[in-house]
Amino acid sequence: MSIDWYIVLSALLFATGAMGILLRRSPIVILLCLELMLNAGNLALVAFSRMVGNQQGQVFALVVMVVAACEVVVGLGLIVAIFRRKLPLDVDELRELRG
Amino acid sequence: MEVILFFVAAIGALGGAIGVIALRNPFYGVLALIVHLFSLAVLFLLLTAAFVAAAQVVVYAGAVMVLYVFVVAYVGGDAESAWEPIPGQRFLAPLLGAALFVELAVAVLSSSLLALGQDGPHVNPGFGNPAAIGYLLLEKFLIPFEASSMLLMLAAVGAIVLAARREVPEVAASGSSEHSSEAPAERSEDPLGATAHPGGAPS
Repeated sequence: MSIDWYIVLSALLFATGAMGILLRRSPIVILLCLELMLNAGNLALVAFSRMVGNQQGQVFALVVMVVAACEVVVGLGLIVAIFRRKLPLDVDELRELRG
Repeated sequence: MEVILFFVAAIGALGGAIGVIALRNPFYGVLALIVHLFSLAVLFLLLTAAFVAAAQVVVYAGAVMVLYVFVVAYVGGDAESAWEPIPGQRFLAPLLGAALFVELAVAVLSSSLLALGQDGPHVNPGFGNPAAIGYLLLEKFLIPFEASSMLLMLAAVGAIVLAARREVPEVAASGSSEHSSEAPAERSEDPLGATAHPGGAPS
C-alpha cells in the first residue's frame, strides 16, 4: 500500500474534524472533534515514520497521545464545572468573554 | 490482502469520524469515535507500528473513552437545539472543511517528498515493537518523556481543582472582586473537597 493513501486519509480525517468543530455547538462534541484532528495528525506522523524507515516518528505519535489525554482530562473537568454551575452546555450561549 | 485491510480500516475510520460530527446524541458520538479509534489502530498495525497501535487501543479506546462515557452520562446527553446563531453555518462549514481538505491534499501531494507513491523502505521485523520504542523513549527521548509525565500529572491535578465540589456562595462575579471572594471560598470547603486536594496532589 503506497504511503500517499495514508496521507490523503489523514488529511480527510483532519478536515472532517475541523468541519465538526465549525458545525457543532456542544462542548463535548467539540472535544470529540479535537480528538479526530489529533488522531489524523498521529496517522500522518506514523505514516511519515514508515516512509522514512525511522521509528522516531512513532515516539512523536506517543507524545501526541499524551497531550491528547491531558486535553481530554482538562476539557472534561471544565465541562463538569460548567454543568455544576448550571450554565448552558452550548458554546454559543457561553459568550460572557466575547468582546 | 493488505489493500483490502487498508480500505476496510479506512472506511471504518472515515465512517466513525462522520458519525461523530453527524450524530445528534453525544453518547452515540462517543461510540462512533470508538469505532474510529479501532480502525485507526488497524491502520497503525499496517504501518508496522505495533506499540502505537496497542497504546491506541489501551489508552484511547479503553481509558479516555470510558472517561467520555462517564461525563456524558453525568452531564446528560441532550441533543443540541436546531437554533442557528450564525446564518448559513450548516452550509458554510462543509464548504470550509472541503476547502481545507483540498488545500492539505495539494500541499502534501505536490511537494517533492521522497518515497511518495511507493511503499517505503524495507524494514526489519522489529520495527516499531515495544522494545524498540522503549529503547528510544528511555535513551534518546528521555527529557521529552519526563516532560510528558509532568504534563500528565499537572493535567490530573488541574482537573481535580477544576471539577472539585466546593460550596460556591453564588459568586456575584464581577471580575475585579474575584480575588477577594476566592479566598474565603477556598477555606470554607466541605470535607469532600478538602480531602480531594491532598489526595490529588501526589497522583
